[in-house]
Amino acid sequence: MNLDIAIADAAPQPRATSRLIGVAILASLIAFAVCVPLFWGVDIARQDYNAILSVPAGAHPLGTDHLGRDMLARLAAAVRLSLGLALVSVATAAIPGVLLGILAAWKGGMTDKCLGLLAEMFLALPGLLLVLLIVAIYPGSFLALYGAVALVLWIEYFRMTRALSRTVLASPAVAASRLLGFGPLYIIRRHLWPELASVLMTIAAFGAASAIMAIAALGFVSVGVRPPTAELGLMITELLPYFAEAPVIIALPILVIFLIVLSLMLIAGERKP
Amino acid sequence: MIRLLGFRLLQAVMVAILIGALTFLLMSLLPGDAAYRIAAGRYGYDMVNSAAAEAVRAELALDQPVMWRFVAWIGDLLTLDLGNSLVTGRPVIDMVAHELGSSVRLAVGAVLLSFLIGPPLGIIAGLRPGGWLDRLLLLISTATRAIPHFVLGIILVLIFAVSLALLPSAGHGSFAHTILPTVTLALGLAAVSSRVARDATVAVASSAYFAFGRLKGLSAFKVFMRHGLRNIGVPVVTYLGVQLVYLIEGVVVVETLFAWPGIGHGLVHAIVQRDVPMVQGAALAMGLMFVLLNTCVDLANHLIDPRRRDA
Repeated sequence: MNLDIAIADAAPQPRATSRLIGVAILASLIAFAVCVPLFWGVDIARQDYNAILSVPAGAHPLGTDHLGRDMLARLAAAVRLSLGLALVSVATAAIPGVLLGILAAWKGGMTDKCLGLLAEMFLALPGLLLVLLIVAIYPGSFLALYGAVALVLWIEYFRMTRALSRTVLASPAVAASRLLGFGPLYIIRRHLWPELASVLMTIAAFGAASAIMAIAALGFVSVGVRPPTAELGLMITELLPYFAEAPVIIALPILVIFLIVLSLMLIAGERKP
Repeated sequence: MIRLLGFRLLQAVMVAILIGALTFLLMSLLPGDAAYRIAAGRYGYDMVNSAAAEAVRAELALDQPVMWRFVAWIGDLLTLDLGNSLVTGRPVIDMVAHELGSSVRLAVGAVLLSFLIGPPLGIIAGLRPGGWLDRLLLLISTATRAIPHFVLGIILVLIFAVSLALLPSAGHGSFAHTILPTVTLALGLAAVSSRVARDATVAVASSAYFAFGRLKGLSAFKVFMRHGLRNIGVPVVTYLGVQLVYLIEGVVVVETLFAWPGIGHGLVHAIVQRDVPMVQGAALAMGLMFVLLNTCVDLANHLIDPRRRDA
């Protein structure tokens, strides 16, 4: 029995392999998004009337859409938009989420109660509903989309940080550090951060995945970004009527969004903590 | 118990105020003149002139000061007077009640179907962890979770409605219309619940009480029925609470895709048409529904798992 356990422990974690695959997919998507405009300087709005819905060919390596726009350039722009917006909103959400979580765990009492209540207020609404309402107020605005997504994402950081910090702050190690006269900054850096870092990574990856799905879903129901912006959900909506003529062209944005979300989920691991 | 219900009630009130404030903001900050847009919605774009717009403005009190309208707005909301739709002129509460019925039918069907697909597969896979079914299921569930609802719906439409012409792609009415939207939602839910059931099964099957059941002479089938199934059920039911968000968000997108006349479809259309009372009514119905369902999950947990009552 003990030998079995030892062998099982020695085997490489499947989590690590899948995470590696996820990082590899994400890295190639980023490379695709960044490199295409450098080497393929076609404007995303430029129409080629001789090649409407053309299959991948020499002049258009990934074909063209129903208005004769180059799919390679548009896909790269859409990936930049989705990943960029998701990255910025995840980063924006992380800072107040983590700081408020530490603050709530540190102060306890009234501060903890009020902040907890604030988080519960946002949790009472499904995230997409909140994003939908805010985006409806400012239609077509990137800032509103970004703000709304960040507003939904900070709660997960806050809740996780608060729960983890509470146990860490109550530990004898932190009590010893405090008795030795170390300040809050030292305790955060030395005791809290190592505990939080790995969990935050998971939350960030999940957050980015849900942000990308939300942006695409809004684009799809024609509430989010407006044409002619290249956005994955919007591209799928626009290309849907032309499925019979060009099934390959609509398959491209579907494949790209699948790969983005898949890579983030592989990085995040099995399920939400 | 009382504390829990009180907390959920407070949450419901907060949802109402948050949605009220957001929709009011939506009403007052929309670019363009709402009176013209509403008049166009009512009489058609060719029939709009300034007289029609002014009539709409006077009728809907769009010319009052902002603060006054906000107080009146929240007051109406708290007395559950949701007003009339700006586009159709019918009471919002009737329209929402009608739409909610279709949405609930869709959601309940999806949850039931997901229970038929997910947990049984998960349990079979979990009884032989590492087997080919387990690996295959992991692959399929990971892939399914990486596909947003609307993409999954589109793929199903393209396969079953467009290419094979077996099922209608959109609409409402007959049983055939319900198949694709229900399957779209159910597959997403089953992808998660199968994994939850699989992990629970692995944990239960390797537990001491399971081994002891075999040791004292129960057959594999009996020990599974007696000791396994119930313990697997707890996390699966609990996880349904986490999936509620997924379900509600899915309803918005899937209904829009399949032109299903439910609350999500109503919300998106109201937003596009700037029918603010309807936006408020639909969002309120969804938000309150979410709180209500969460309360139900809390209560179910309370009944199923007595260990939590002390916590």
